Amino acid sequence: MMRSAASTVLLAALLLTSGCEREKREFKSERAESGDRDEVALSSLSPGATPPQVATSGRAATFEGNAYHVAQGKRLFTWFNCNGCHAMGGGDSGPPLMDDKWIYGGTIENIVATIREGRPNGMPSFRGKIPDDQIWEIAAFVRSMGGNLSKNVAPQRNDDLNPFPAENRRPPSPPTTGGQPLPASRGTQ
Amino acid sequence: MTSHPADMTKDLRDTDLDDPTLDGILARTWETPRGFYGWLATVDHKMVGRRYIVTAFVFLALAGLAALAMRLQLSVPENSLMGPDLYNQLFSMHGTTMMFLFAVPVMEAVAVYLVPLMVGTRNIAFPRLNAFSYWVYLFGGAMIWIAFAFNTGAENGWFSYVPLAGPEFSFGKRSDFWAQMVTFTEVSALAVAVSLIATIFKQRAPGMSLDRIPLFVWAMLVTSFAIMFAMPAVMISSTMLILDRLVGTQFFNPAEGGDPLLWQHLFWFFGHPEVYIIFIPATGMVSAIVPTFCQRPIFGYQALVLALIAIGFLSFGLWVHHMFATGLPQLGESFFTASSMLIAIPSGIQIFCWIATLWLGRPILKTPLLFVLGFIFTFVIGGLTGVMVASVPLDLQVHDTYFVVAHFHYVLIGGAVFPLLSAIYYWFPKISGRMLDERLGRWNFWLAVIGFNAAFFPMHLLGLEGMPRRVYTYPAASGWGEVNLFISLMSVVFAASFAVLGWNVVRSLRHGIVAGPNPWNAGTLEWAAPSPPPPYNFLRIPYASHREPLWNDRDSLPVVSGLRVDARELLSGSLAEATPELRESSVDNSIWPLLAAIATTAAFVGSIFTPSAVVWGGLLAAIPLIAWFWPKGNPEDEE
Amino acid sequence: MSGRAGNVRFVLVVSAPLGLTACNVWQSALDAHGQSAEAVLRQFYGFTALSAGIWLLVIFAMIGALRRRRSLAERLAAPLERRSRPEAFATIAVSTAIGLTAAILIGLTTWSFMTGRTLASLRGRETLTLLVTGDQWWWQVRYEDSQANRTFTTANEIHIPVGQPVKVKLESNDVIHSFWVPSLAGKEDLIPGHQNEIYLKAERPGVYRGQCAEFCGYQHAHMSFLVVADEIPDFEAWRSRQVATAASPTGEEAAAGQRVFLSRGCSICHTVRGTPAGGKVGPDLTHVASRKTVAAGTLPLSRGSLAAWIADPQAIKPGTNMPRVALDPDELNAVVAYVAGLQ
Repeated sequence: MMRSAASTVLLAALLLTSGCEREKREFKSERAESGDRDEVALSSLSPGATPPQVATSGRAATFEGNAYHVAQGKRLFTWFNCNGCHAMGGGDSGPPLMDDKWIYGGTIENIVATIREGRPNGMPSFRGKIPDDQIWEIAAFVRSMGGNLSKNVAPQRNDDLNPFPAENRRPPSPPTTGGQPLPASRGTQ
Repeated sequence: MTSHPADMTKDLRDTDLDDPTLDGILARTWETPRGFYGWLATVDHKMVGRRYIVTAFVFLALAGLAALAMRLQLSVPENSLMGPDLYNQLFSMHGTTMMFLFAVPVMEAVAVYLVPLMVGTRNIAFPRLNAFSYWVYLFGGAMIWIAFAFNTGAENGWFSYVPLAGPEFSFGKRSDFWAQMVTFTEVSALAVAVSLIATIFKQRAPGMSLDRIPLFVWAMLVTSFAIMFAMPAVMISSTMLILDRLVGTQFFNPAEGGDPLLWQHLFWFFGHPEVYIIFIPATGMVSAIVPTFCQRPIFGYQALVLALIAIGFLSFGLWVHHMFATGLPQLGESFFTASSMLIAIPSGIQIFCWIATLWLGRPILKTPLLFVLGFIFTFVIGGLTGVMVASVPLDLQVHDTYFVVAHFHYVLIGGAVFPLLSAIYYWFPKISGRMLDERLGRWNFWLAVIGFNAAFFPMHLLGLEGMPRRVYTYPAASGWGEVNLFISLMSVVFAASFAVLGWNVVRSLRHGIVAGPNPWNAGTLEWAAPSPPPPYNFLRIPYASHREPLWNDRDSLPVVSGLRVDARELLSGSLAEATPELRESSVDNSIWPLLAAIATTAAFVGSIFTPSAVVWGGLLAAIPLIAWFWPKGNPEDEE
Repeated sequence: MSGRAGNVRFVLVVSAPLGLTACNVWQSALDAHGQSAEAVLRQFYGFTALSAGIWLLVIFAMIGALRRRRSLAERLAAPLERRSRPEAFATIAVSTAIGLTAAILIGLTTWSFMTGRTLASLRGRETLTLLVTGDQWWWQVRYEDSQANRTFTTANEIHIPVGQPVKVKLESNDVIHSFWVPSLAGKEDLIPGHQNEIYLKAERPGVYRGQCAEFCGYQHAHMSFLVVADEIPDFEAWRSRQVATAASPTGEEAAAGQRVFLSRGCSICHTVRGTPAGGKVGPDLTHVASRKTVAAGTLPLSRGSLAAWIADPQAIKPGTNMPRVALDPDELNAVVAYVAGLQ
C-alpha cells in the first residue's frame, strides 16, 4: 500500500518534471558559443538495407522533449522553404517525412546530419547557412511529423489550412530503413 | 435525510421546548462531526464559507506576490532581473488569480457565509452542491499554481487572446492549464450562484418580503443571476480553445472559416459582467455597513435595489467597449459608448444614496466606515475614468496602456477590495466572536488608501505618456523610469497594509475583545445569532417585522415555531412575501461532494492531456454522483 | 557571454541621448501632432476637468457629512426615528444629483460622438496608402502605388508627408498586434484574417514613436516603430531613394560582408533588393542604414548597435525569431560594415 502510494507520488513527480523540460523556453542555447562548428561524424552514405550509422549526441532529449523548440522548428520548416520539396511532410520532389521509411536514418541525429550535410539527389547542405540550434529544432519537428514525439510536445494545428491532422494527433510510425529516393532520381543511385 | 432513523418517528418540534434543551438537540442535529472526516464531509455553510474566504485570501496573497515581483522588474528600465518568459507568466498568473480565484470567489464566499444568516435560515440551499463547489474551486486554483511552480503557468494574460493563446503560438500545455482552470472556477461559481438564488428565493425568514431583503442579499441575488448568464460564455470559449488546441477544431482559425474575434466577443460577454459580478456584492457590503455606522436605515432603499438590478442588466450590454480598437463598425461602437455611459447613472445613484445616508445619520468613524469612505474616495475616480474609456476616441488612445491599468485597479481595488476589507472588519466579530483591533485597523486603512492611491494614480500619467500594458521592460530613453520606481516603492506600502491586516487577524483571533452577538448595534438578522453562530444558526427561526428587525423589535425578536429539531429541517416560503409554505428537509453531511470534486478534477486535468479523459472522466465522475443522489427513502417535505 | 551582454548595455547607455535627440520626444498622447490626436487631447482635457469637478463635489459632500456629529447616546436611542424635513431635503438633493449626472453624461456622449466625427473626417481623403503587416516582433510596411515600380517594402519606419491624410491598412501574419502612434492618432488592432485601417494626418514635421499596444508574446515590449512626418519634397526624395535597389558595397570590408551576408544564412530570411538575398521572413534590409533604429525601435542605429544585435539578438530581444549566427569577429565586422552601408 505504502509502496504503491510512494510510486504514485514518484510517477506524478516524474510527469511534472517532464513538464518542466517540455515547457522550458530556451531562447539562448548553452551551446551557442560553439555554434555549428561542432564535431560531426559524416555518416557513410549507404541507402538501402544496411542501417545507417547513428550518432548519439545526447542532445535529442533537449529538443525532442521541448515544445518551444519543436514549435520553432515547425515555423522554420516553412520559413526556410523545406516545404518547397517535402510539402508539409507528405513529400513532393523530396521524400515524404511523415511516413516510417527513412533512407538516411530516422533518429534526430540522422536528420540533423541530413539537413546539415545534405544528401545526394537534391537535398542541399545547410551547413553554415542555418545555425546549429535551428537545425536541431527543424529535425525535432520532422520527428514529430511521423508522430514520434510525445503528443504533449508535438505541435498543434496551425492557424492555416489544415489538410490533415496536426502533429500532436498523428499515430506514431517509428522509423524503419528502406525508404527509396523518388523515381525521378532513381537513375543516379 | 437524517442520521437518526430512530428519531424519525418522534417528530420532535421546537414549539414546547425551552431554550437550553432546544440548543442541545439542535446542536446535535446540525453539528459537524469532529475529526478529519467530519472536516472533509461538512456541508455547514459557515464552515464552507470560512474556508472559501481563507482560500481566496491565500490566492490574493499569491497574486499579490506576483504583482510585487512584477513591480520589482519594472522599477528600473531595461531591468535584467527576469526575462519576458517569466514576466509574462507572472502577469498572467496575477490577473488570472485575482479575477478567477480571488475576486469572484471571495464575494461568493462572504455570501455563502452571510446570506443564510441574513435571511434567517439554518443552512444554505443545496448544501452539498455548495461544498462541492468549494472543493472544485480549491482543486482548480491549486492546479494552476502547481502548474506555475513547474513552469506551466498561464502565459497569455487573464484574457488569453487567440491566436496568441491558440494552438499555433502557445506551445506546450500552458494555455491548456489556463483554460481548464477557467472551467474549474466557472463550475464552482455556477454551483454557488444556484445555491444562493434558491436560498434567497425560498428560504427567507417569514415576514421578509422582497422589500425587506437586506441590500447585500439583493446584491448577491443580482450577482448570482449575472453569474448564471455570464459564466457559460467563458466556459464555452475556454472549451473551444482547448478543443482547438487538443482536437484540432477550427473555431478561431481564420483560414478555415473561424475567427479570432469570436474569442474576444465570447470572452468579454463574460468579462465585462465579471467586473460587475465583483462590484455589485461590494456595493451590497457598503449598503449593509453604512446604515450601521450611521445608526439609521439606508436612504433610498428602493432606488438602490433598482440600481442594482439596472446594473445587472446593463452590464451585459457593454462588452464591446473592450474591443473598440478591433475595427468594428462605427455605429456599433457608438451604441456601446452610450450604453457604457448609461451604467454610470445607477452607479451614481448608489453613491448619492450612501452620501445622503451619511448626511442624515451622522456617522461613527470606525474602521469599517473608514474603508467605506476610502472606497468612495477612490472608486469615484475609477468610475470617472471609466466614463472616459467609454468614449471611443479617448479609449483608442488609452486602451491597453497603463491608463487602463490604473482605471481598472481603481475600480476593482477601490470599488471591491476596499468594501471587502470594510466587510472583513465589520463581520469578523460575527465569524470569530472577537473584534478586530481598531488601532491596527486604522493603520491598515491609512496604509491601504495612501499606498494604493500613490501607487496607482501615477499610472494614469504613464499611460498617457505612452507606456503600453504587459511590457516586461521599457527603454531608459522613454523617461518612464522615475515614475515606475515611485510606483514600485508605493506598491510596497500598499502590500504592507495587507501585512497589517494579516497580523490584526492573527492577533485578534486570540486576544481580540469578545464581541457578543451584536457589537455594532446593527439592524439585520445575522446579528440576532450568537457570535460565532452555532451550527444551526438560530435557536428559533426569526420573524422579520421590518427591514432592520433588530432595530424595530429592540427587546425581543418575534420568532416562529413548529419546525422539527430532531432532523435537519428548515422553512421554505413564497418568493415575494416569504409566507411559510413548506417544512423542508436539509441534507446531512456527506463525503460524496469531495469525492465528486476529486473525480471532476481528474476528468478536467486529464482532458488537458487527452480528449479521451472526457469519456472516462465522465464515467468516473458519475460514480460519486450516483452515490451522492442515491435515494434513501427521505420523507417528503411537509406543509 | 557576459562580456557581450555588457557591450550591449554600454551601447544602450551611450546611445540613449542620441535616441532622445532623434525623436522630438518619446511617444505620448499628451504631445499631439496629428489631427486625430489633437482632437482627442482636447476632449481628454475637457473630460478630465469635468471629472475633477465632479469628484471634488462628491468628496466635499462626503466630508461635509462627516462634520455633522451627534452624541452616541442620541444615535443609539432611536435608529428608526425619522425626521421628515431632512429626509425631504435629501430626496431633493439626490434627485437633483441624478438628474445632473444624466445631463452631464448625455453631454459627454455627444462630445464623444463629435470627436468621433472629426476622426472619421479623414476617411476616404487619403493621398497615400500603406499596408502595415504585423509580425512577431516587427512591422512590415508596404507603400502602395498605382505604378508597380513605385511600390516598395520597408520595415519599422514609416515616412509620411505632412498635412496629408494617409490611410494605413493593417494586417497580421501571426498574432494580434495593435498599431499605435500616440502623437498622431489612437490605436487600431492588426488581426489575422481581418484587414483594419487607420488614418494618420501629421500637422507638423517630426519623428513620432509608435509601439505595439496589444500583447503579442515575448517581445511585445520591443515592438516599436517610428513615423517620420516630412515636408512633401523631403518625403518624395525619401520615397525615390527607397524605391531604388540597394547600394553596392563600397570598400573591401563591406564587399566581404556582402559575401558573408549571402553565404551565412542572413539571406534566408532577409531581402536586400538588387542582390540574390530574397528571404521574406525578416525585415527588408535594402535601405536599413537609412533608418533611425535597429530591431524594431529597440536600439538607435549605429555600427555598434548593429554589431551587438547581429552578434547576439537573443541578449537584446530574448525570444526573437532572429537566431544567433556563429560568426567570427572578422565576419561580424564585415557584415556590420556591409549592412551599415545599405543607406
